[in-house]
Amino acid sequence: MSVTKPLPHDAAHLHVTGQARYVDDIPLPATTLHLAFGLSSVARGRITAMDLEAVRSAPGVVMVLTADDLPFSNDVSPSVHDEPLLATGDVHYLGQPVFAVIADSHLAARHAARLGRIDYAKQDPILTIDQALAANSRFEEGPRIYAKGDAPAAIAAAPHRVEGRFEIGGQEHFYLEGQAALALPQEGGDMVVHSSTQHPTEIQHKVAEALGVPMHAVRVEIRRMGGGFGGKESQGNALAVACAVAASLTGRPCKMRYDRDDDMVITGKRHDFRIDYVAGFDDQGRVLGVEFVQYARCGWAQDLSLPVADRAMLHADNAYLLEHARIESHRLKTNTQSATAFRGFGGPQGMVGIERVMDHVAHHLGVDPLEVRRLNYYAEAAPAARGAGGLSAPPSTTGERPPEDISGKKKQTTPYGMEVEDFILHGLTDRLLKTAEYYRRRQAVADWNAANPVLKRGLALTPVKFGISFTLTHLNQAGALVHVYQDGSIHLNHGGTEMGQGLFQKVAQVAAARFGLDVSAVKITATDTGKVPNTSATAASSGSDLNGMAVKAACDTIRDRMAAYLAVLHQCDAQDVRFAGGHVLVGEARYSFAEVAQIAYAARISLSATGFYATPKVEWDRIKGQGRPFFYFAYGAALTEVVVDTLTGENRILRADLLHDAGASLNPALDIGQIEGGYVQGAGWLTMEELVWDDHGKLRTHAPSTYKIPAVSDRPAVFNVALWDGVNREDTIYRSKAVGEPPLMLGISALMAISDAVAACGTAYPALDAPATPERILAAVQKVRDGL
Amino acid sequence: MDISFRLNGESVALTDVAPTVTALDWLREARGLTATKEGCNEGDCGACTVMVTDADGTTQALNACILFLPQLNGRALRTVEGISGPDGALHPVQQAMVDHHGSQCGFCTPGFVASMAVAHANGDTDHDTALAGNLCRCTGYVPIIRAARAAEEQPVPDWITADRSFFLPEISKSERQQPRTSAELAAAYLADPQATLVAGATDVGLWVTKQMRDLGQVIFLSRCADLQQIAEDKDTIRIGAGVTVARMIPLMEDVHPSFAAMLRRYGSAQVRAAATIGGNIANGSPIGDGPPALIALGATLHLRRGDTRRDMPLEDFFLDYGKQDRLGGEFVESVSFRRQPDRLRCYKLSKRFDQDISAVCGCFNITIVEGHVTAARIAFGGMAGTPKRALHVETALTGQPWTETTVTTALQGFAQDFTPMSDMRASARYRLQTAANMLRRYYLEDTGHSTSIMQVQP
Repeated sequence: MSVTKPLPHDAAHLHVTGQARYVDDIPLPATTLHLAFGLSSVARGRITAMDLEAVRSAPGVVMVLTADDLPFSNDVSPSVHDEPLLATGDVHYLGQPVFAVIADSHLAARHAARLGRIDYAKQDPILTIDQALAANSRFEEGPRIYAKGDAPAAIAAAPHRVEGRFEIGGQEHFYLEGQAALALPQEGGDMVVHSSTQHPTEIQHKVAEALGVPMHAVRVEIRRMGGGFGGKESQGNALAVACAVAASLTGRPCKMRYDRDDDMVITGKRHDFRIDYVAGFDDQGRVLGVEFVQYARCGWAQDLSLPVADRAMLHADNAYLLEHARIESHRLKTNTQSATAFRGFGGPQGMVGIERVMDHVAHHLGVDPLEVRRLNYYAEAAPAARGAGGLSAPPSTTGERPPEDISGKKKQTTPYGMEVEDFILHGLTDRLLKTAEYYRRRQAVADWNAANPVLKRGLALTPVKFGISFTLTHLNQAGALVHVYQDGSIHLNHGGTEMGQGLFQKVAQVAAARFGLDVSAVKITATDTGKVPNTSATAASSGSDLNGMAVKAACDTIRDRMAAYLAVLHQCDAQDVRFAGGHVLVGEARYSFAEVAQIAYAARISLSATGFYATPKVEWDRIKGQGRPFFYFAYGAALTEVVVDTLTGENRILRADLLHDAGASLNPALDIGQIEGGYVQGAGWLTMEELVWDDHGKLRTHAPSTYKIPAVSDRPAVFNVALWDGVNREDTIYRSKAVGEPPLMLGISALMAISDAVAACGTAYPALDAPATPERILAAVQKVRDGL
Repeated sequence: MDISFRLNGESVALTDVAPTVTALDWLREARGLTATKEGCNEGDCGACTVMVTDADGTTQALNACILFLPQLNGRALRTVEGISGPDGALHPVQQAMVDHHGSQCGFCTPGFVASMAVAHANGDTDHDTALAGNLCRCTGYVPIIRAARAAEEQPVPDWITADRSFFLPEISKSERQQPRTSAELAAAYLADPQATLVAGATDVGLWVTKQMRDLGQVIFLSRCADLQQIAEDKDTIRIGAGVTVARMIPLMEDVHPSFAAMLRRYGSAQVRAAATIGGNIANGSPIGDGPPALIALGATLHLRRGDTRRDMPLEDFFLDYGKQDRLGGEFVESVSFRRQPDRLRCYKLSKRFDQDISAVCGCFNITIVEGHVTAARIAFGGMAGTPKRALHVETALTGQPWTETTVTTALQGFAQDFTPMSDMRASARYRLQTAANMLRRYYLEDTGHSTSIMQVQP
C-alpha cells in the first residue's frame, strides 16, 4: 500500500533541478508592474504631513497609493479589522506600511519607496511588557484565567516552593522564500491572485473586501511556498491585497515581493513571553500546585494573538498531571510588529514554562530533573490505546514499564478539564533512556564536570505532549476534489497548501491507497480556491489529518460508484470488488484500473467527487477554559547533551536523541524530516535566535547578518531520530498523527541541557532566560558561581 | 561595460552592461533562469549560490545576489539549470539530495546543490565548511549532509569538468573600469578619485542591494593580476590586496594555523571566495576579522597613489570609526608581515559559530622566553570604532613572568584600553568580560589546558 512508504517529497526532483516554481518564478506578462511599501520610520505617532512628490517623480513610478486612494476596505487583518493595509493617520509600529509605490520594476519601486518624506507627531511608543502593563495596553478586557483545583492553597500547604521569572524571546520565521504575491486582472473585474500563503481562502476573502467584489470574483492559487512555519498564515494578506488593488486600478498585472529586510521589519514573528511562576511541591518533587502568569507581547494588531495566547495556556501543563493549577494570560498590545502564528502557535511558550518549573524544582531538591519529570507525568494510557506496533515500524520488543492501571481511578484531566486518554510518555521515555544510554552518560557528564573547570557539559531530557486540532473549533474541516480520468490517472486538489512539509505526497499516498494504485498515478496541482472552497489555513499541524480524510472520502465515493457498477455487471456484492496492486478484482475477473475507469465512463458514471471532513469530538469554551479543544495529543521526547564554554558562554550541541510519536506514520521519511527540522528550529529559537529592538522600537536584527538561525554546523554532532511505533487511538487517517509542530518543542531539551551545564558551575539555580545566547549563558555562569 | 563569460557551457557576450547589475537579477530577469533564488539579497543565506570557474580552472561557489555582472568577465558561470546534464541527467549531488530527503520546501535547495557541486568538483569533503553559507530552515541540515557524503565517491560529470578549460573571445574595451595591472589601476583611480573600487563586492554589493546607492564610476579590481600575488621570502610574507580570504587560508595554515582556523569562519565559502584582504582592510570596519590578526602579527600596510607608495603599521591606518589614513586616489596595494615563531592565537566570538560577524575578535601574539613575556601584541575587533591594540594589557604583560598572577594583573588593563559599545551583537559589559577571558584562554591553552568546545567529542 502506498501509505507508510518512505517516499521522497513529491517535488524533490523539481527542487534539486531548480524547476520547482515559486510565486517569484512565474513568468510575467510584459506589462507587469511591481510594488514596494514606504514604511513608517517611527513606532508610534500621528502623520502630520506626507510629501510623496519625489516618489511620484522617481524613474519608473506609475502610481503611488495612500490609504485615501484605496477604493474599498483598507484592512488586512485575519481577525478583527484592526489592521489597515496602509496607515490611516496614526502609525503603530516602526515598519508599518504607509504608502505603496507601483513602478515598472522591482528595483524602481524599492528605490522610490525610500524617497517619501513623512512628518510625524511622535508619541512615546509602548514597546516592552512592563510599558504595556503600566499603560494597561492590551487585547481583550483583562487577563484570561484557566484554573483547576485551588493552586494558591496547594502551594501554601506544600513543603517546598520555588518561584521565578522567565523571559522567552520571540522568533523570526526566516522562511527562505520571502512574502510574495502576483495579481492578474481578469475580464469583468475579476482577479486571479498567486500568493505565497498558507491560507488561500483568507487571501481571497481580504482581496474581495478590498476590491468590493464577492468572493466568487477572486480566485487564489498557490502551488508551493518556500517555507511557511506560520509566517504565511496571515502575513501575506498585505501583499496580495496591495497587488490586487493596484492591478484593479491600473488594469495591469501587479507583483510584490518583500526584500528580506522589509520582510523582517514589516511582518510579525513568534510572540515573546514573560512567564512568572510559583510552584509548591513535596520532597520527591511532585508538584502539588502551580501558578503561571503569562505575558504575551502581541504587537500592534490583534492578528491571531488570542488563540496563540490560549494555546500557551493550554500547554502550561505539557506532560504533567497538575491537580492544582492556575494560569493567567495577559495579551499585551505594543508598538511593534504584530506577532503572529509560528509553528507551535503559543504551545512552545506555555510548554517551556512548565519545563522551567520542573528544572527549577529538581535543582531545589538536588535531584535529577528527569526523575521529577517522570514523577509528574500523566498516567500511562491503557494498552489498547497504545497499539501493538504501527504500520510503519515493528512492534516494540524492548522491555517497557507496564502501563499503569488507571481503571477505577478518577479520570486524569488537564487544567482545562480535558481527559488525557492516550498518554504514552512513560513507555516512550523508558525506550529513549535505554537507546540513548541516559544513565551511563549522566555519570559521564558528572565525571567530566568534576574534572573540567572551563568546559561544562549538560544533559537534559524533555517530553512533549502537544494538542492536535484548531482551538477555533469550526476550522477543523477540510474539502477535496478528486477526478479520475478515462486513462485511470487521477488528478486531485484539497484545501491544504504545500510549504515543504510533504503534505501533497502524503495526501497522494492516501489517494493511491484508496484506489490500490501506485502513487505515480496521482497528481496534485496547485491549491486553488476555485477547486476547493472555504478552506482553513494549513496550520495547527492539521494538513494531513484534515485533507487526508477529505481526500479519502472523495476517493471512496468514486471507488464505491465503480464498485457498485462492477457488482451489477458481475452479479456480486459491491463489497467484494477489490482495488489493489493497480488492478480491480471482481470475483475471477481482473481489470486494470484504467479499464475500470473506461468502463465507468462509458456507463455514464461520474468519475469526479468532492470529499469533506470535520474532526469529531472537539468542543470547548475558550473563555472558561473548559472542554475538549483537541482531538488527541502527539507525543515525543528528546535527550540533548551540550558543552558550554564558561569563558565566553559559547556552546555546542554534542548529541541529540529524539523519539517521536507520529502514530502510524503515513510516510516515515517525511515525518523524520519534520522531526529533525523541528528540533533544530526549536533549539535555534531557544539558543541563538535573538530579536533585538532598540529604544525607539526599531528592529535591529532585520537581516540574516544580524539574526542568526542555525547553520549547518549547529545541528547536533550526533543526531539519532526515531519514530515511536504506536498508532493513534483516535480514528485519524490511517491512524497517523500530526507531525508539523510537535517536534519543534523537542528543542526545549537543548535549553534545559545548557541550564544543566551552567548549574554545574556552582550552587545557585541558573534561571536561564531564552534565547540562551553566549552572553546570557556567561551571565548565568557568573550568577551560579557567585551563588546568587 | 563590455564583458564575455560562459553560462552553463555557452558563451555569452554582453555590451553596455550597467556595472552594478547583479548576476542574480540578470539571470532571473534577463535570462529567465529562475532556479537561482533570492533569499536575502545580501550574501548571508546562500539561496543564490552559483558555481563559478576561473580561467585558471579554480572552481568556487559565489553568491549571485552580490556579484556584479562585470565580475564574471572571463569566467564560467554555472547555475542549477546547468548543474544537471545537457540531457537532463541529474548531477550526483542532485540525485543524492532526492535519495536522502535533502529538500523540503525546496527554496534553499538550488543554492545547496550549487555549493555541493562545487565541493564535489573540488574533492572537498569538509561539508560543514563548504555549506556554512547555505541556510536551510526546514531540514535541520542532517539529510543534506547525508546527501553530500553519499555523493562524495561519484565521479565529477564531464559537463562540470568542461568548465575548467574554455576559450572566451576577449571583448572588454572598457579598460579604465577593468584595469589589468595595479599600474593601470593607479592611473585610473588617480584620474577619478571619486570612483568606487570593487574587488569581491561582498561589502560594496550591499551598498547597492540594500542601501540602493548609486556608485557612480566603478573600477573593478578582479583583473589586476599583480594585486593577487602572494610573495614569500625567508623573512617576509607579502599579500596582495586582491588575494581572497579563501586563498589566505592555506597560506596561514602553514605559518599561523589559528589565524587560518579563524578565517575558516570568516563569512562563508561564498564570501571567502570573493572577499579580498585588501577590501577587508580598506573598508575600515571595526569588526572585520583580518585586521586584528594582522595587527597582532605586526603587519605593515602598503598604500599606493599614482606612482607614490607609502608604508605604515597596519594599526595606524585606522584613524577613527569610518575614517582611515587614505588619500584620494590612494589604494591598498598589499599587506606584509615578518616571518616569526607562531605564537598567534585568534579568538572569534559570535552568536553563531559559523558565518557570523564577530561580537569580539581577539588576536594574541605573546612571546615567552625562559618563562618571561618578552613581547606582546594584542589586537581586537569589535571593541572600539576601529581595530585596536590592547596597549595597557601588552605593557602589563611585557617583562613579567608568564604566570597566572601576571595574567590576572594584566586583565585590569582591558578597561583602560577599551570602552566598547552595546549593540544587537553584544553588550559592552559582555565584550569587556570576554575580551579579558580570551587572555585567560590564551594562558590556559599555552599551559596545556583545552578550552575549546570544538575539541569536545560527543
